[in-house]
Amino acid sequence: MDGFLLDGYDPQGFYCEMLRCADNARLQDRLARMPVADFKRRAAGAEQALYNLGITFTVYSDSDAIDRILPFDAIPRVISAAEWAHIERGVIQRVTALNLLLDDLYHEQKILRDHVIPADLVLGNANFRPEMRGVAVRHKAYVNICGTDIIRDRDGTFRVLEDNARTPSGVSYVIENRHTMLRSFPDLLDGIGLRGIDDYGMQLVAAMRTIAPAGCDDPQIVLLSPGIHNSAYFEHVFLAREMGVPLVEGRDLAVEDDRVYMRTIGGPRRVDVIYRRINDDFLDPEAFRPNSQLGVAGLMRAYYAGNVALANAIGTGVADDKAVYAYMPRVIRYYLDEAPVLANVETNICREPESLSYTLDHLDELVVKPVGEAGGYGITIGPKASRAELDECRAKLLADPANYVSQPCIDLSVAPTLVNDGVKPRHVDLRPFAITGSTTWVLPGGLTRVALREGSLVVNSSQGGGSKDTWVLG
Amino acid sequence: MDNPLLARYAECIFWLARSVERAENLARILEVNETFSRDRSGSHNWLSIVQLHTDEEAFFKKHAAASAENVIGFYLADADNLSSIVSALTNARENARTLRPLVSTEMWVQLNITYNRAIAIAPEELAPGNLSRLLTEIKEACQTFTGITEGTFYRDQAWWFYQLGRYIERADQTTRLLDNKYYILTKAAGPDAPIEVGQWHAVLRSASGYHAFRRIHSSDLTPARVAAFLLFNPAFPRSVHLCLREVQNALTELKSRYVLRGGNDVAEGLDQLRAILGSRSIEEVIAGGLHEFIDFIQRYLIAITDRLSAAFFGLEPAADRGARAFGDFPPLGYSSQMQT
Repeated sequence: MDGFLLDGYDPQGFYCEMLRCADNARLQDRLARMPVADFKRRAAGAEQALYNLGITFTVYSDSDAIDRILPFDAIPRVISAAEWAHIERGVIQRVTALNLLLDDLYHEQKILRDHVIPADLVLGNANFRPEMRGVAVRHKAYVNICGTDIIRDRDGTFRVLEDNARTPSGVSYVIENRHTMLRSFPDLLDGIGLRGIDDYGMQLVAAMRTIAPAGCDDPQIVLLSPGIHNSAYFEHVFLAREMGVPLVEGRDLAVEDDRVYMRTIGGPRRVDVIYRRINDDFLDPEAFRPNSQLGVAGLMRAYYAGNVALANAIGTGVADDKAVYAYMPRVIRYYLDEAPVLANVETNICREPESLSYTLDHLDELVVKPVGEAGGYGITIGPKASRAELDECRAKLLADPANYVSQPCIDLSVAPTLVNDGVKPRHVDLRPFAITGSTTWVLPGGLTRVALREGSLVVNSSQGGGSKDTWVLG
Repeated sequence: MDNPLLARYAECIFWLARSVERAENLARILEVNETFSRDRSGSHNWLSIVQLHTDEEAFFKKHAAASAENVIGFYLADADNLSSIVSALTNARENARTLRPLVSTEMWVQLNITYNRAIAIAPEELAPGNLSRLLTEIKEACQTFTGITEGTFYRDQAWWFYQLGRYIERADQTTRLLDNKYYILTKAAGPDAPIEVGQWHAVLRSASGYHAFRRIHSSDLTPARVAAFLLFNPAFPRSVHLCLREVQNALTELKSRYVLRGGNDVAEGLDQLRAILGSRSIEEVIAGGLHEFIDFIQRYLIAITDRLSAAFFGLEPAADRGARAFGDFPPLGYSSQMQT
């Protein structure tokens, strides 16, 4: 374990974010002179600090609640200024198209009448909310907070893997990771000229103010969380603090005369904007799941009456559905009359017979994903699957083809990552966060997730993923 | 725009403060018992700690005898015992987890570290030669938290609820300590037994009052003087008198700065309690029964807590509280009882 950080580092033929990034000579030089032992010691200290700070997610077993940190890899992921300009433009275009799509689906449905997307794919989708038909949403900003999952293939082409338009999480790690680097590795950052990421909270508040009910000059904004037992509770705390707004649970709110109030020590106080981190289903037991303990009875009445704004709006899940995803390049062209800045990953929609038979014929080459799941669950990665796993996947596909899409297996780009036996290439993705009120703003960089297991392509925290600080240069 | 405080947060802050104060007091009591409080046969009277917390039932369900090992284990590291240090710190930390949007990061980190330390206590740390060090560490961790809070916690409504919790708990802990030790050292010992000076020193030390007491009573230690010091001294930070003054101050600040309508009954109750405390000499209190007087104060503190809950935490009165109606203050007829 002697020697320096990048000694003998070999990206094994994958596209390397560190070695192939333009304008990155300074950081590479610093890493190349960094003794491995020193770096390891400081990285361990950084992880201990994250634990003590309680920057954790909670894993519940039968008897215990265990706080875990998201494993943090201290070697940053770098993005050049030119690469970022491209990503930023692509994310803004994508979010714009998603919002136009939602506005259309919940009003005129032109895109369905023009047969750009099959009507039954939308109208029969569990995430389509007929309740939202005709409901006005300010600035047509349905997706106020969007996380766009982007990967890079073997050629270095950025591709969108998934849109997260419901309640995307992870932004707290972006900012805490940077703080960790500033504390533990100031010598790596010094004078590099990174884009700052400290104004996320202020941008969020500014956007929330633009979506407040009309005539509301000084809106009371709150963040609605399922509570301390939610695995993302730390992020909810983080966001409430960054925004300077109360973090509330459903039991703190009540609806009277179609207006939302929170219970304070001085009695009820009006609430105008709710950044909710609770899924549609659980928001209001009157309107959705009657047994939800997390929501607020009557909230939807207040929402339809225009007395409270919700971010994100109700019903955005239909736009980030894995089946609708396949149509996004066409959606972008349809509304914006532009070519997509960021390509999709080529996607076979198994509800279509020819796509199903192609998928079944190439099962060992493809990644098969259920359309409804999140968190990397239920995915079969053909080239890595056993015979039995492929058979099981085939049976599921045949039983319910409409529930699946398939995609070619992409050789995700890699970044040098500190693991037990030194610095090795590990696959990474990127989730930039876009905030939309009357306009769209993208946080420079975003969450870089890294699959820590050798050869693994799954970056989700629930599946052994970690994260890195993301540096946008220049 | 002012920042409204959620009723639920006010409740959490109140109990966070009480839990930390409780953990600190427990550590003090155990430490002093371990270090100083030997009776003439040289053994520690550990049963008194169980009695102090009226935990006899729960304790003897688990343990046959009140040995040092059993009592220390029960109050330090037993997570099933709701009045153990570990339970108090767990409670504090769970409240702090809820309160993370409000408390400073330094407060959270300190509590998080203290909690992680407490749940990792190893059996050998409870051994005689090591225990004192562990208890000192816990006490200092709580004091560090208090200091961090003083230095970093934003002074809005939440701060005053923190003060309310801290001083109500401290007053309660002081009365418990006095009640129990006074009983053991006077009543149980019999009227003619010599005054156990060493034991009374231990009582004062566990409240960090030994040196302050010496400054005002340099030559003469009597049980009555110790009791008066712990109850009535206006300058001793753990006396009931001073704690109630701080409670009243916090409530006044809260109500006037933030124009809160609720809590008038709490203020009235506090006025009455302070008036009763201020109008009694220790001789009168002892003549009427110290235990009865302390019991009266403790029931008053419970009633104050109940009424705070009703006024600010949005809690409905609990349905079943025995014969006592919700939040009722004990009858003021106490004074006539005392004359008899």
